[in-house]
Amino acid sequence: MYMALATRTDRRPSIARTVWDSSVGKKTVMAVSGVIMLLYLVAHMIGNLKIYFGAGEFNAYGHWLRTVGEPFMHYEWTLWLIRVVLVVAVVAHAVSAYQLSRRDIRARPSKYVHKKPRASYATRTMRWGGIILGLFIVWHVLDLTTGTVHPGGFQEGHPYQNVVDTFSTWYGNVIYIVAMLALGLHIRHGFWSAAQTLGVGSRTRDRALKTVAGVLALLLTAGFIAVPVGVMTGVVS
Amino acid sequence: MKLTLRVWRQQNADADGAMSTYEVDGISSDMSFLEMLDTLNEELILRGEDPVAFDHDCREGICGACSLVINGDAHGPERTTTCQLHMRSFKDGDTIDVEPWRASAFPVIKDLVVDRTAFDRIIQAGGYITAPTGAAPEAHATPVPKPDADLAFEHAECIGCGACVAACPNGAAMLFTSAKVNHLNVLPQGAPERETRVLDMVAQMDEEGFGGCTLAGECATACPKGIPLVSITSMNKEWLRATRKVAKQR
Repeated sequence: MYMALATRTDRRPSIARTVWDSSVGKKTVMAVSGVIMLLYLVAHMIGNLKIYFGAGEFNAYGHWLRTVGEPFMHYEWTLWLIRVVLVVAVVAHAVSAYQLSRRDIRARPSKYVHKKPRASYATRTMRWGGIILGLFIVWHVLDLTTGTVHPGGFQEGHPYQNVVDTFSTWYGNVIYIVAMLALGLHIRHGFWSAAQTLGVGSRTRDRALKTVAGVLALLLTAGFIAVPVGVMTGVVS
Repeated sequence: MKLTLRVWRQQNADADGAMSTYEVDGISSDMSFLEMLDTLNEELILRGEDPVAFDHDCREGICGACSLVINGDAHGPERTTTCQLHMRSFKDGDTIDVEPWRASAFPVIKDLVVDRTAFDRIIQAGGYITAPTGAAPEAHATPVPKPDADLAFEHAECIGCGACVAACPNGAAMLFTSAKVNHLNVLPQGAPERETRVLDMVAQMDEEGFGGCTLAGECATACPKGIPLVSITSMNKEWLRATRKVAKQR
């Protein structure tokens, strides 16, 4: 005699609900938004390095960013499209991280009496590093996009001079360099983790993924820090 | 050997616990860690004190009952279960800290004993196959490629002790759940429930209040059976595949 097996008759929730309600799904949101931001950072870093070729080229590049896609797109449309995607990515990444962190902390309410240093530095600093980067993004936009907290007179359409002004202050350099070091650590663990979350990691690919994560972290950090270093050493002025 | 033990004592689930210090003498280096605790308990009973409660069963390293965090390591300094850890891993005069698994999904019942029924509920959510069982089927009725059989076996080694949860900084049960999901999902016998298994087991894991994975890798380091960290990656892949597939069927 067999017992009749229960047949699933309840409706499964929508794909968006399933993803957002699951810890694995929320990690997927973090991985995808992280990869979007990472792709943007690679382009941003390459663009920044044009500062070494003089005010003319750098300002022209800034202007070009506003005319991308013309005549199909209107002036600044492409730029705004990118900005919207980035804001969505940052918010999705931060909200997921906040909710996942709360779940993690609730899951381990009492600590071990015998403490041991755990995991790598990059892994342990993901949360604080993320907070530092979030605050940095706010400052960075207020400083060089809107000019609200820019030292000296912010000039719309003259990014070269604006960058030189920012990195002529000690605090501008400190904030920027600290944030870029945090970025490097964040990418080192984050890129490899995103690969695991998205299921593209494997035994054979593990070493390659870790190497790519390290190289990306190093190149981005070095590439971004090259700008304040250029201003500080007087190469860019 | 003479040792100083600092053991977590907690009368019951609601009571506050604290570390209590005990001296034990005459410990042989050939004793297992649990035999050393038996020695302590015999002394405590003779002194009329409450013996230390701890979980144990087979003492052969295959049942998954023993569960102690020793000097901050789940199952202690060797990569094995607590029952297979021997006192030769310690030195005369050592001070050893003994604590229970710590996770909100594993509440302490008494002293070093924790309630791990959350794992049973994760298994109930999908860690089985719905084929009618009876007499053992002919071994070659369902061919399984050797690499798949090996992979299933590697995951089937999980004894459900919970060391992964104890070691995880987030109290996550990802390694346990992934071992159980992958064990059946790579086999043809597990194929009919391939999607529902991973979706339901992950949902139950979340519901039990385990944390999420931050890929710190502590679980795989602590696992006495060597379930690899990449097992979690495979489960993530299965989960994403199942989510897409179920969405298409709606």
